[in-house]
Amino acid sequence: MDKQNDMLSPEAFRKIDREVAKYPAEQKQSAIMAALVIAQDEKGWLAQEVIAEVAGYLGMAPIAAYEVASFYNMYNLKPVGKYKLTVCTNLPCALSGGVHAADYVKEKLGIDFNETTADGKFTLKEGECMGACGDAPVMLVNDKRMCSFMLPEQIDALLAECK
Amino acid sequence: MALIDTINPLLTTGWGKGDAGWSLKDYEARGGYAQLKRILTSKMSQDDLIAEVKKSVLRGRGGAGFPTGLKWSFMPKAAPEKYVVCNTDEGEPGTFKDRDLLRFDPHSTIEGMIIAGYAVGAKRGYNYIHGEIFEIYQRFEAALDEARAAGYLGENILGSEFSFDLFAHHGWGAYICGEETGLLESIEGKKGQPRFKPPFPANFGLYGKPTTINNTETFAAIPFILGMGGEAYLNLGKPNNGGTKLFSVSGHVNRPGNYEVPMGTPFAKLLEMAGGMRGGRKLKAVIPGGSSAPVLPADVMMDCTMDYDSIAKAGSMLGSGAVIVMDETVCMVKALERLSYFYYEESCGQCTPCREGTGWLYRVVHRIEHGQGRQEDLDLLNRVTDNMMGKTICALADAAAFPVRSFIKHFKSEFEYHVEHKKCLVDPEVQRAGSGFFRASSATEAA
Ligand SMILES: Cc1cc2nc3c(=O)[nH]c(=O)nc-3n(C[C@H](O)[C@H](O)[C@H](O)COP(=O)(O)O)c2cc1C
Ligand code: SF4
Ligand code: FES
Repeated sequence: MDKQNDMLSPEAFRKIDREVAKYPAEQKQSAIMAALVIAQDEKGWLAQEVIAEVAGYLGMAPIAAYEVASFYNMYNLKPVGKYKLTVCTNLPCALSGGVHAADYVKEKLGIDFNETTADGKFTLKEGECMGACGDAPVMLVNDKRMCSFMLPEQIDALLAECK
Repeated sequence: MALIDTINPLLTTGWGKGDAGWSLKDYEARGGYAQLKRILTSKMSQDDLIAEVKKSVLRGRGGAGFPTGLKWSFMPKAAPEKYVVCNTDEGEPGTFKDRDLLRFDPHSTIEGMIIAGYAVGAKRGYNYIHGEIFEIYQRFEAALDEARAAGYLGENILGSEFSFDLFAHHGWGAYICGEETGLLESIEGKKGQPRFKPPFPANFGLYGKPTTINNTETFAAIPFILGMGGEAYLNLGKPNNGGTKLFSVSGHVNRPGNYEVPMGTPFAKLLEMAGGMRGGRKLKAVIPGGSSAPVLPADVMMDCTMDYDSIAKAGSMLGSGAVIVMDETVCMVKALERLSYFYYEESCGQCTPCREGTGWLYRVVHRIEHGQGRQEDLDLLNRVTDNMMGKTICALADAAAFPVRSFIKHFKSEFEYHVEHKKCLVDPEVQRAGSGFFRASSATEAA
């Protein structure tokens, strides 16, 4: 069941190749950020072995890839729930309810920031400015989907939709 | 959020159709890529092109306001390999204009970057896009595909001798990559830690090659400047502050969103365009240029016009044009606590004064907010900022210090009240109501 032990799929490597092609031939390492996201999408989180596999493919030392994975906030270095919710609580959002939205999600799910629900469905994270402050409160679902104007009703609908 | 109300729209001309107006054919119908064609067919010289940009007095829209034409002229002519890089790592709290530029009109940025490539003699460019807006990154890639298929990108563009290609690179959650050299490190596949300057990117940039790096809005303005002429663009604004600018208005206004206005527009007018104060409440304070800019009290702000010089004279910075509006329901200590936490979280840790200083600032503001402050804490905060400012590799340390100093300077009595009474001056229930989160959400837009 543990997909961490499997190699990345051929499809993942095809996607990584597309990223590598954006950079000069001798600068494959430039694709590491995108490649780690591709790996994270497939595996859910980045175990050391997965990072090492990606590093090897790009001709990098595993430690160099690990440094990247730990420097940027959105890489999951530990397992997360099926839905990772990240709520922006920075000042511009807080003025329009960002912190209250986070409190509301915490209460509904019975977890704090950096925790996962017992059923493994939700992980809650605190985010920094997502560059969408005019749409506050703002929330990301699994890093890539942005949800805007998240008042209680919208949060209820989102949580219900996450099956 | 789509554009609602503008004066002399340039950058936002294409936003009217919302998500339905971004494609190549829409952009061409608005006159898009005409400037690139004109430059290529007339074989305009690089010097003439840069001179036109200089005439416009376009100043960098990423925060520092450096004159764009001058920056381009720093690129060494002879170097065989050069780059153009666009900074869409929009993470300065309060700023959300570049996201909408790429969302509603990605081709103006693409055309601007191609023209910049021509001006500085680069054959390749990258747009670094904030990881949190992945959907926008995907749209930009789709726009690049369109431009490539139409012959605006690639070898011998439109049959000319000029070749240029452009790619998108996404971030993954690190504010510091907005700093230009941190951004270059990040494209190189490393931690986004800023480099010592000099050397500046014009000499030692991406992969060690000469590189021009500008903000998204800066590039997006280029086709419009060339379309109307540098002088006409300058005259839209005021001397030394050319053109129009996007302002991201957030916080306690009725209609948060992006508003494009000529430089020199009164703040009061901008506030009115954003629908005025939410619930008719009283304006307390404004951060006029993103969270790194000093806060200004309401009365000072109401006398400002929106341009680099006026805001600087009032003691703050126009910065990225992020206008954070706060009304009387805000506790200024709590507001500062949120900002200080941000800088503490986002310091890349290379420089001791920044790494240690941001931690001190957060901890001390936190304890004041939580009723554990001491009389001497306000002096301590000012002393810590003295030890940070101007002593680090990049400007993040200064950016962390400005809010602290300005909040204490203008709202000292609120900090003193916290220390003395171990609670907020603004009633917690009033604060809670201020965010609007707990009202019946169906009434949201009707208000
Ligand atoms: C901590 C820090 C964060 C920054 N973030 C951004 C950013 O998100 N976007 C941006 O364009 N410039 C940002 N800048 C400014 C860039 O370093 C650089 O000055 C700018 O991209 C140059 O473009 P411009 O001349 O067109 O403004 C930041 C600077 C610092 C010190
Ligand atoms: S000032 Fe802070 S963010 Fe900038 S390089 Fe130094 S430690 Fe990093
Ligand atoms: S502060 Fe939340 S998106 Fe900017």
